[in-house]
Amino acid sequence: MELSTLWFLLIAVLWIGYLALEGFDFGVGMLTRRFARDDTERRVLINTIGPVWDGNEVWVITAVGATFAAFPEWYATAWSAYYLPLVLILLTLIGRGLAFEYRAKGDTATWRNRWDLVIFAGSAIPAFVWGVLLAAFVQGLPLDAGHDFVGDLGDVVTPYTLLGGVVTLSLSLLHGAHYLGLKTVGEIRERARRLAGRLAVPVVVVLAGFLGWTVLRGDSPSWAAGAAAIVAVLAVAAGATANARGREGWAFTATFATVAAVGATLFAALYPDVLPSTLDTANGLTTTNASSSDYTLTVMTWVAVPFVPLVLAYQSWVYWMFRKRIGVQHIP
Amino acid sequence: MDVLDLARWQFGITTVVHFFFVPFTISMAFLVAIMQSVWMRTKSERWLRLTKFFGKLLLINLAVGVVTGLVQEFQFGMNWSDFSRFVGDVFGAPLAMEALLAFYLESVFVGVWIFGWGRIPPKIHLATIWITAFGTLLSAYFILAANSFMQHPVGYEINEEAGRAELTDIWAVLTNKVLLVTFPHTIFAAFMVGGGVVAAVAMWHLVRGARNPEEAAPGKPSDQGAFRTALRIGAVTVLVGGIGVAVSGDFQGKVMTEVQPMKMAAAEALYETQQPAPFSLFTIGTLDGSKAIYSIEVPRLLSFLATGSFDGKVEGINDLQAQYEEEFGPGDYSPNIPVTYWTFRMMITMGGLAGLIALWQLWATRRGRVPTSPWALRAAAVLPVLPLAGNALGWIFTEMGRQPWLVFGLMPTASGVSPSTTARTVFISLAAFTVLYAGLTWLWVHLLVKHARPGLPDVAAVPAVPDEPDADDADKPLSFAY
Ligand code: HDD
Ligand code: HEM
Ligand code: HEM
Repeated sequence: MELSTLWFLLIAVLWIGYLALEGFDFGVGMLTRRFARDDTERRVLINTIGPVWDGNEVWVITAVGATFAAFPEWYATAWSAYYLPLVLILLTLIGRGLAFEYRAKGDTATWRNRWDLVIFAGSAIPAFVWGVLLAAFVQGLPLDAGHDFVGDLGDVVTPYTLLGGVVTLSLSLLHGAHYLGLKTVGEIRERARRLAGRLAVPVVVVLAGFLGWTVLRGDSPSWAAGAAAIVAVLAVAAGATANARGREGWAFTATFATVAAVGATLFAALYPDVLPSTLDTANGLTTTNASSSDYTLTVMTWVAVPFVPLVLAYQSWVYWMFRKRIGVQHIP
Repeated sequence: MDVLDLARWQFGITTVVHFFFVPFTISMAFLVAIMQSVWMRTKSERWLRLTKFFGKLLLINLAVGVVTGLVQEFQFGMNWSDFSRFVGDVFGAPLAMEALLAFYLESVFVGVWIFGWGRIPPKIHLATIWITAFGTLLSAYFILAANSFMQHPVGYEINEEAGRAELTDIWAVLTNKVLLVTFPHTIFAAFMVGGGVVAAVAMWHLVRGARNPEEAAPGKPSDQGAFRTALRIGAVTVLVGGIGVAVSGDFQGKVMTEVQPMKMAAAEALYETQQPAPFSLFTIGTLDGSKAIYSIEVPRLLSFLATGSFDGKVEGINDLQAQYEEEFGPGDYSPNIPVTYWTFRMMITMGGLAGLIALWQLWATRRGRVPTSPWALRAAAVLPVLPLAGNALGWIFTEMGRQPWLVFGLMPTASGVSPSTTARTVFISLAAFTVLYAGLTWLWVHLLVKHARPGLPDVAAVPAVPDEPDADDADKPLSFAY
């Protein structure tokens, strides 16, 4: 396999890891508002993700760093084109990271309330905007012969990409509800399961719509993308069944698989492009014309081969370490 | 202002603010790890209380450090896309390595440290803070490797066809001679910050305790003793850091003279080549011209700083300008002279003042003494600010002194900016980040002060054995929860 293809795959894996891991903590963050009924319940929710959310966020730092190293043109063009949406993501993620740490550091209910609002917005907005931006990779952007973006915000935000945002948002919510079912005890657990049950049908509908559109929008639909899309829809259905039967571990695994399959659909539909041009196909970026030199890719491969498994190993260890369920009685 | 100016302001503001938090995290992670290690050894509760107390300050700071870092990584693509295209092949590698090797370590293990109190075996818990501290060093190393490439490009080749620099030797990038001197300098400078915070907080409590004994004493007899120890640790750290920056800074001066002689000339506002060259401590005059109205000079010092010999020749701005014009074509190759001149001096001054205060603190608290003058409190209050300012000034000097180059000798700053973004877009983000960062910095100070004020926490003995998930007391509250 070409090294550039390998790196395309690795970047896809990093994005999938990000969406699947940070996805559930985005979901939990969104549920702190209406779902949690009082401050204690809110703290239960926050503490289910407390030890892990920061490690989850590093997946996107790595995905973007790897894109910079392996496909500098892709990083440069996309990130300058996505300017304002990225500003929005950064502002809200900054607020969210602070909120987890700072909400308990003040004394008044107003202080906590404000930070809780920040957690909500800082979870919902990035969950939505990342979906828009990933979908925009598949959709393509107006690029000139120098690979520079020549459009405006309206070329990034379109009905198709907005639907992509709805998918990541709603899927994160469902994923987060499954996570809470798995990680809490008592009444919250019951309510989380009921909520997940109610969310399943709308999620399947938007998911099927978006994935269908993704697979069929090109001239020559990719079989791999089609297969991944079918897996995604089946996995949500399986998750809903598991949830209904009280098999919370399986329900969570199923939405994890769904997110992975959605990511796989997008990246399979994209390949071998990384950012097509809507003006002239010749202006588009592909895994070959956007990639780094062979030497750089070789170096990076040598770094990734030992360290990606190592990171996976210790991050899994942390999840194992904090496997205990949490309930209101645990909140000091 | 055009896109270039706005993008420069944005980079400057966001980076300098990020670098308020960075040296704090690096040094405090180590200091807290040391405190916890001593506690594990001695089992003396005083060390546990110090660990928890400074650990809390570390976490307040870490939160802002992490979130402002995210902006840094995205900015290269957003504002500097032509730069990213040109050097991404070389520059992206250390950045990606930083994420993969360092950020995961830091973020994952600090989470375990925060929530692991009483939940995991104590030895493993101690290991997590050491791993976090080690992660901050790794991250500093890789990001400085990237920055050093911009100061002094090595290990690359220009690919004319692709119009970019391509990596040919990663080892050369990771052992860049600029990096080898910048890394120790930055780390020592970081330790001045953490040491300064610890010494300042401890001093403040000591003095307050001595001034109103009835207020501080009840129920907390050991606080004074613990703070006395903390003061020692902090002040000695500042001094060691201070010696470290001076020695490493001296090496840096020589490397800089070799790779960017213009920066050295600009640091001294030296227009004409001189042999030997003096170092001026202070100048009033027309820095843009070459006329000094009043100046205090130390003869031959610049020669020594730049070349290691008191007779060394230091090239002046005018000669270098002529050389560069010959090499790169017409243009202005000198940075903003007043900025480089003053930031360089102020950086050193800030460090020197911090060192003096730390020395005075050690002297004033010798053999059980505690000073009670209001000056002791004032000195404590400025102590952490000085090294922070030194760090910021050092970076402003390093980066502004590199101008007009973005990548020295290869890419002028003006060519690196994103061609497709509009001034309006950058303006919106600059405004948003400036407001947010101002609020962030305010909040950071506010929370640090708020949590430093009450003194050491009472710690219920941390359970020696972690909870068993299915033990009888499975419903007992978490020993740490957000
Ligand atoms: C000398 C050290 C140093 C320097 C020059 C920089 N940083 Fe930094 N950075 C750190 C040392 C550090 C750190 C100590 O490792 C931080 C601070 C708080 C933390 O958790 O890690 C960090 C955090 C941090 C994070 C968040 C990591 C996380 O989520 O854990 C990112 C993405 C960056 N940085 C990226 C950058 C970029 C792109 C820089 C260049 C412009 C930069 N940093 C300058
Ligand atoms: C990988 C590391 C870094 C890169 C790629 C980088 C790149 C840049 C760029 C593109 C600019 C704008 C051009 C300019 O006006 O100078 C700049 C300026 C600047 N950077 Fe760096 N930098 C890095 C690290 C740092 C760090 C760690 C600091 C310190 C905290 C820092 C401080 C500054 C300052 C103060 C400016 C001046 C802003 C101005 O000139 O308007 N830089 N740097
Ligand atoms: C005798 C004292 C010092 C000397 C001779 C010295 C020398 C230098 C030199 C020559 C540079 C520029 C390197 C380059 O651009 O290639 C530098 C940068 C810097 N200095 Fe200092 N310095 C001293 C004290 C301090 C102090 C006290 C601090 C902070 C507390 C500090 C923090 C920094 C930082 C953060 C940088 C930018 C990063 C770097 O390039 O290392 N320095 N210093």
